[in-house]
Amino acid sequence: MSPEKPVLSLRSATLAFGDRELWRNLNLEVRSGEFLAVLGPNGTGKTSLLKTILGQQKLTSGTIEFLGEPVARGSRKIGYIPQQKLIEQGTPLRARDLVAFGVNGHRWGPPISSRSVRTRVDDILRSVGASDYANVPVSTLSGGEQQRVRVGQSIAADPRLLLCDEPLISLDLHHQRQVSELIDEQRKALNTAVVFVTHDVNPILGMVDRVLYLAGGRFRIGTPDEVLRSEVLSYMYDTPVEVIRSRGRIVVLGAPEGYGAHDHLEHHLEGPTA
Amino acid sequence: MNQDFWNQIFGFANYGELLALVKNSIIAGALLGVVGGLIGPFVMTRDLAFAVHGISELSFAGASAALLFGVNVVTGSIAGSLLAALLIGILGAKARERNSIIAVLMPFGLGLGILFLALYKGRSANKFGLLTGQIVSVDNPQLLQLVIISALVIVGLFFVWRPLSFASVDADVARARGLPVTTISIVFMVLLGLATAVSIQIVGALLVLSLLVTPAAAAMRVTASPFLTPLLSVVFAVVSVVGGILLALGGGLPISPYVTTISFLIYIACRLIGGRRGRSGNNGRVVTQMVSRPLKSEVQGL
Repeated sequence: MSPEKPVLSLRSATLAFGDRELWRNLNLEVRSGEFLAVLGPNGTGKTSLLKTILGQQKLTSGTIEFLGEPVARGSRKIGYIPQQKLIEQGTPLRARDLVAFGVNGHRWGPPISSRSVRTRVDDILRSVGASDYANVPVSTLSGGEQQRVRVGQSIAADPRLLLCDEPLISLDLHHQRQVSELIDEQRKALNTAVVFVTHDVNPILGMVDRVLYLAGGRFRIGTPDEVLRSEVLSYMYDTPVEVIRSRGRIVVLGAPEGYGAHDHLEHHLEGPTA
Repeated sequence: MNQDFWNQIFGFANYGELLALVKNSIIAGALLGVVGGLIGPFVMTRDLAFAVHGISELSFAGASAALLFGVNVVTGSIAGSLLAALLIGILGAKARERNSIIAVLMPFGLGLGILFLALYKGRSANKFGLLTGQIVSVDNPQLLQLVIISALVIVGLFFVWRPLSFASVDADVARARGLPVTTISIVFMVLLGLATAVSIQIVGALLVLSLLVTPAAAAMRVTASPFLTPLLSVVFAVVSVVGGILLALGGGLPISPYVTTISFLIYIACRLIGGRRGRSGNNGRVVTQMVSRPLKSEVQGL
């Protein structure tokens, strides 16, 4: 790792809603070019972590800094990739307009883009391989195409950090692979850090440097090999859990109901391991 | 009888003199078309068509109260509109809550309006006009008021346009970029309230949707460009209002059936055109070559 300052750093960070504590004393540093996967069942504070990084959610205690400064709302140096969502037919929005929002969507005024903005949008569309459907209404794009365009939107302002909030959800396996590879390509090309929230690590397993696993009010940080092990997860869930590696994929068995971890199992019952 | 019927619907006797009489209405109508056409696409993308209806009923209550108490009708109408728009905007951030709030407000507003009108002893044409629109009612001071409010809405819309579009289609990402999404939505509700209040002066409370929603809905059938959509929507709205006034002129009937019919016909035409385009698959995609996509079984085996 380079000795430069971390892109993101949390120190003794604790987040609680009332007396429900999501995580306590979280210490985490993410450096340029690093790919961090945030894993864990629903309700353990994955999305709240993203909101904290975006400055939308205050820590209960501890500090969080982005590029050496306390986080602030709306940093232009953070790119955000949300889940794919249904956009209603007829919405006056083409792929290129979605990308243009990433360039100048925060500026007040009428929707007239300068030549330099249009050129920038064209370049971005090309770099994410979406030029062919630049002028297609977003409502008619497939889920994978829409996410490709959203990756484009997120990199439009040369971010130092990409926040991905379940960007692969509701995509088929083929598109999951394509979109995660695209995010990885952009990470390498721009040397940006990636914080990737997901309930299924498999599509990004080959790209991940470190994992932050949140469960049962506990957390673990380390390489996938260090964290995704039976004894670690059994400790976190406080019940025997088995982590099986099969053909380069990871399956978690026996995580208690209500933790949302059965998602993993369901997912793979349909896959080749079933 | 039949002859009289058609003469009443499409009468053109003394047309020139009549035209001079309704000059103000035509100017007001054209302006209103611009306002309705510009705001309509946002009403559609923000899913606020029902809200427009709710706002217009409270605006009607405000206008009829003004009529009863002898104050300026436009002012009354704006007061009602803004109150409704802010209530809906603040209490109804989520779509489901919003719909129930509107459904609660709407009959209350309509009921109040009917009460005030029943108590009003003046000309009955004034009463009916608030609900179904009127034609020669726009006098010079009123026209000035309409022009000022319309200008306010248009300028306001242009100022918030880009962040508003962003927040309308993708609130989460817009918020992540630091846009004040909640404030933007309140500002939009205020603009929508003002636009509704001016529309009521011409087409009446019951038919406001034909100006604030139908033209935009028609435009969105034929284009997804963020420039063409408002442009077409403005053209459709102006054609509907001005065309409606011109046709209504001879017969002495309310203008609203003409306005609503024209905007409805435009919508039908756009649906047909849009449907044909959808079937032909021409949506702007560049087709270079057939890309062979791996079979599902191959992908799963990876």
